[in-house]
Amino acid sequence: MALSPTVILRQIGQILSKDLLIEWRARSRGFALACFALTLLLLFSFAVGADATTLRTHAGAYLWMSIFLSSTLLLAQSMAHEVEAGALDTLVLAPISPAALFFGKALANAGQLVLLAAVALPPVIALFDAPLRESPLRLAAVVVAGCLGVAAPGTLYAALTARLQSRQLLLPLLLFPLLVPCLLASVKATSLLMSGDPMHQVNAWLGLLLAFDLLYWSICGLLFGRVIES
Amino acid sequence: MATTQSGGLRWEHGLLALGLALLAVGHVQGLFFAPAEAMMGDVGRILYVHVPTAWADMLVYTACFGFAVAALWTGKATYDAAVEASAEVGVLYNALLLFQGSVWARPTWGVFWTWDPRLTTSAVVLVLFLGVLVLRRVIPEPERRLNLSAIAAVLAYVGVPIVYFSVKWWRTLHQPFSSPQTVDGSFITPLRLAAFGMIFLGAGLIGLRWRALRRGLERDLATPDLPAAAPALRLPGEAGGSAAGGAL
Amino acid sequence: MNDVPVAVAAMPSAEGTAVARAAAVVGGPPAVRCTGLARRFGRRWAFSRVDLEVAAGARLLIMGANGSGKTTLLKVISTLIPPSLGAVQIFGHDAGADPAAARARLHLLSHSAGLYEDLSGADNLLVLSRLLGRPLVDPVALLARVGLAPRPEPVRTYSAGMRKRLQLAALLLKDPPLTLLDEPFAALDPAGCGAVEALISGLSGTVIVASHQVGRAARLCDHALLMHEGAARWQGPAARAVEAYTALHGIDNADGGG
Repeated sequence: MALSPTVILRQIGQILSKDLLIEWRARSRGFALACFALTLLLLFSFAVGADATTLRTHAGAYLWMSIFLSSTLLLAQSMAHEVEAGALDTLVLAPISPAALFFGKALANAGQLVLLAAVALPPVIALFDAPLRESPLRLAAVVVAGCLGVAAPGTLYAALTARLQSRQLLLPLLLFPLLVPCLLASVKATSLLMSGDPMHQVNAWLGLLLAFDLLYWSICGLLFGRVIES
Repeated sequence: MATTQSGGLRWEHGLLALGLALLAVGHVQGLFFAPAEAMMGDVGRILYVHVPTAWADMLVYTACFGFAVAALWTGKATYDAAVEASAEVGVLYNALLLFQGSVWARPTWGVFWTWDPRLTTSAVVLVLFLGVLVLRRVIPEPERRLNLSAIAAVLAYVGVPIVYFSVKWWRTLHQPFSSPQTVDGSFITPLRLAAFGMIFLGAGLIGLRWRALRRGLERDLATPDLPAAAPALRLPGEAGGSAAGGAL
Repeated sequence: MNDVPVAVAAMPSAEGTAVARAAAVVGGPPAVRCTGLARRFGRRWAFSRVDLEVAAGARLLIMGANGSGKTTLLKVISTLIPPSLGAVQIFGHDAGADPAAARARLHLLSHSAGLYEDLSGADNLLVLSRLLGRPLVDPVALLARVGLAPRPEPVRTYSAGMRKRLQLAALLLKDPPLTLLDEPFAALDPAGCGAVEALISGLSGTVIVASHQVGRAARLCDHALLMHEGAARWQGPAARAVEAYTALHGIDNADGGG
């Protein structure tokens, strides 16, 4: 009785809506996370100094650094609620296919990261005086592609470290080096969209982001079953 | 030096010796006989160490990826040991590479660190594989360690080309980067010798570490003997053998 | 080989409870068949040499002290952890080759709650019902069946007894042909024990209970298997379970709370 593709698609939707329901019910946690991301934005501007030009040039970098640093907390939490009271066992016995579990959870994490970016973006524009010079749709595409890039390896590594000692340390240690291309591409594309893109370079960065997304969404989807069985 | 149980030299000792000999010959040639590099003078001679290290390091990581796939596929301790051994040697060569890179960069560009795509990529890869080694040390259960560290090694290796391209674009879209690519014929022989030297040395080091790790991991992953069958309990009035289904 | 094969037939209990047993399907595969089953953690065997056949509709008590291997045995039978040696079949489906088929036919009520701490009881049941593909129209009624009032608070605030009741509601929701229960009376007060007992005896299908509260659990079962230090040491009618347990352990601690 292998699970059919339609069943797996349905399960992806169910896992996605379940994770979003949990985060909605525990939304004070999400609020705290958003506050943390905003605090990081303030810290960056203090660390760099009050020079308006520097701040404006690096607005994209601050936005993505605050998303990246907040993301490990969000990713770790999304696996913690599966593991803390054994809900993962109930899912496995339901039975949920490991691929559905991965894609459902990764989509839920990506969605929350996009929401976090949407919350952080207006303060970035206001604090660093970095108005958008290009179409907001293109910025939305960059934000979504960047968050997808964080979510796939992030969900896999969160599952991999969920039952280990010192997981709070291991998750960023393993995840961040892997995300270097994603960070570079997201920051460059965002900065170009804020400062203007006369050379039409944004599409190249967006292409790199999409290649990264495709690579890690497929590989992590394949390996996730091994991770949760281990 | 030689291991005790079967005595004598092993293949990895041969590889180590061959590697060191090739390195020595290559370096003597490179340092004393090949002409000095046109732009950098004698400083350029670090090329004979640096470039072979980079080639060998990439090969070692490729081997680590292959061992990780084999470990995931078969679950065998021998591949698990090879993953750890090759990751260690890869990290060692990588650290060496970064050190040589900054020694070269200081007189050449006046800085210890340059955001050259290859140098930057190798720094990122060093952290990636350090993560694999750290992961191996925090997982006490042997089967989980095998699976999870092999998965981390696969993910790390698959990321290498995309890290390289992203850093390359990131640099070239800022300022063009020129690297001394022109290699004169007289450089090639010592380079090749040193490269094979580093590769054999690396293979020998992997062999040494593999042998040291393998026995422990094989013991961890092997199925131990089953405990002796316990006798069936008999209650008063139970017919002999019926209760436990013929345990005799 | 001195293995201890154990066969449990679906026969009426000598100490019959109020509920009629589901008759074994004639000619159908057994609910559980374990052959040469063993599981180790590192160098230590949690249990070994377990050959077990549980006919469809039978009720088996697996008794043993802490560390006897019964929890690990239940986890292996439920496919949550793979065996180190041997194989498990659930209603004829090999758990290693086709885990989805085996998993669809069973549910494990374990030490961990198997729930989401951030959701309320009703939310948990609704989420589970969607995952099972079994629409739940009235979670409040299901909660009432296990004696829980609908509360908006998350499960995080529940007491141990309330969690156990919610676990039972999840079990009733799945309503599988094979139910595995690990220490169902743990952390319950006498009233809770009574309620759980009533719910278990009302379950249809095959039931396997692992417990060290032998007296209470034996009343719910028709057959019993005694595990000791990872080995199956005795099997027989549940009516003699207490006797077997005390014969092995020497002291009369078999009736914990019963």
